[in-house]
Amino acid sequence: MSNDNIIYPSVHSFSNLSLSDSSRTGFGYNPYKGPSSNAITPETSNILINKKTVSLTPTSFDSIYDRNILKKVPEISLSSFSFLFCEIVNWTRNNSKGIQDLEQRLNTLGYQIGQRFLELVKTRERIKYSKREIKILEILQFIHGAFWKSIFGKTANELEKSQDIENEYMIIDDIPLVSKFISVPKDYGNLSCSAFTAGIIEGALDSACFPATVTAHSVPKEGLPLRTVFLIKFDESLYTRENLRFN
Amino acid sequence: MSSYYFVIIGTRDNPIYELEFSSFRSGVSGIQVPGKSQFSPSVKEILPFISHSALDIIEDAQWSTNSFNLGKIDSFYGLMINAFISQGNIKYVLCYDANGSGTNGSSSPSLNKNDENSIKQFFTEANELYVKCLLNPFYSVNNAITSPDFDHRMKLLARKYL
Repeated sequence: MSNDNIIYPSVHSFSNLSLSDSSRTGFGYNPYKGPSSNAITPETSNILINKKTVSLTPTSFDSIYDRNILKKVPEISLSSFSFLFCEIVNWTRNNSKGIQDLEQRLNTLGYQIGQRFLELVKTRERIKYSKREIKILEILQFIHGAFWKSIFGKTANELEKSQDIENEYMIIDDIPLVSKFISVPKDYGNLSCSAFTAGIIEGALDSACFPATVTAHSVPKEGLPLRTVFLIKFDESLYTRENLRFN
Repeated sequence: MSSYYFVIIGTRDNPIYELEFSSFRSGVSGIQVPGKSQFSPSVKEILPFISHSALDIIEDAQWSTNSFNLGKIDSFYGLMINAFISQGNIKYVLCYDANGSGTNGSSSPSLNKNDENSIKQFFTEANELYVKCLLNPFYSVNNAITSPDFDHRMKLLARKYL
């Protein structure tokens, strides 16, 4: 590859980078070369000292790095989200082999959202008070409270601990946003499209080092036909750590 | 003037971004490029090992304190190691040589406190940059960050705070 190739910020270009690639502009990290790939040169030093604006990529002038992510973003319309989610479920259903597979796929889609939101919400929260969640109960309260609020605009309704099983917790949402307009046909059994939300929780917990499996179950109550229980089953290894650290 | 080695380490102990630089508040200009790291070649090659060996201490501190900034956690023959950890288990490690401001070893405590504060600021904003990168749907956790824009912003942060 010639040196004229700009390194674009995408996964695709990453796989194209090799030991012989060097950035044309002097900016951009190449993992195969290590810190020598983006070492400060006379040219880049000059740009940095004089705060010159440079166009490194086609998106340099309206890049995400210049936006303020700490500000609360305006809410999006529920109907447009519902249309999008409807299409997501439909697309997933066409690709899936069965109900379990469908739930698994929705879970996977939610997973990466959870990973991202965890960091984002924590970064936003840090302005007010800086605290990292290191205990099981604290992270659950965080998910149930601040995390839920920033995604769905309200906190979840209940947070419960399973009475029979030590490592199981439940987050209960009376009116889950994602499945507000979804009615499941009879032949789909106990499919719950909130598997998507379960994936979000699982992604957040996993990346915060609280490995867990999260499943969504529809448990209707009188007056609340959409009531959903998110069952969180923590990994056993987590309790070893918790016992060592806090007992 | 101090030289710095900054590395962001992913959840599988893999480096996702590295940067070597020196303080831009250079006293002697004209002789060398401001910002260019002054580590000797023999130090350069062990820097990744030093930061890697600090991971054990970071992971211990991770579950004993609930702050993001872990402060100075380790040192290795005159090299200091500061660390910061995010909720998503991404570690930010900064190695620097302490004999920067004046050759008399330990400088005044007030200056040290200033340094600690600016490193904390640097970490906080580096974390913010990382989160922005993470919000890109084409980026997934533990990928190396190859974006020139990210690199540019990170170097501006280095210039601003260190």
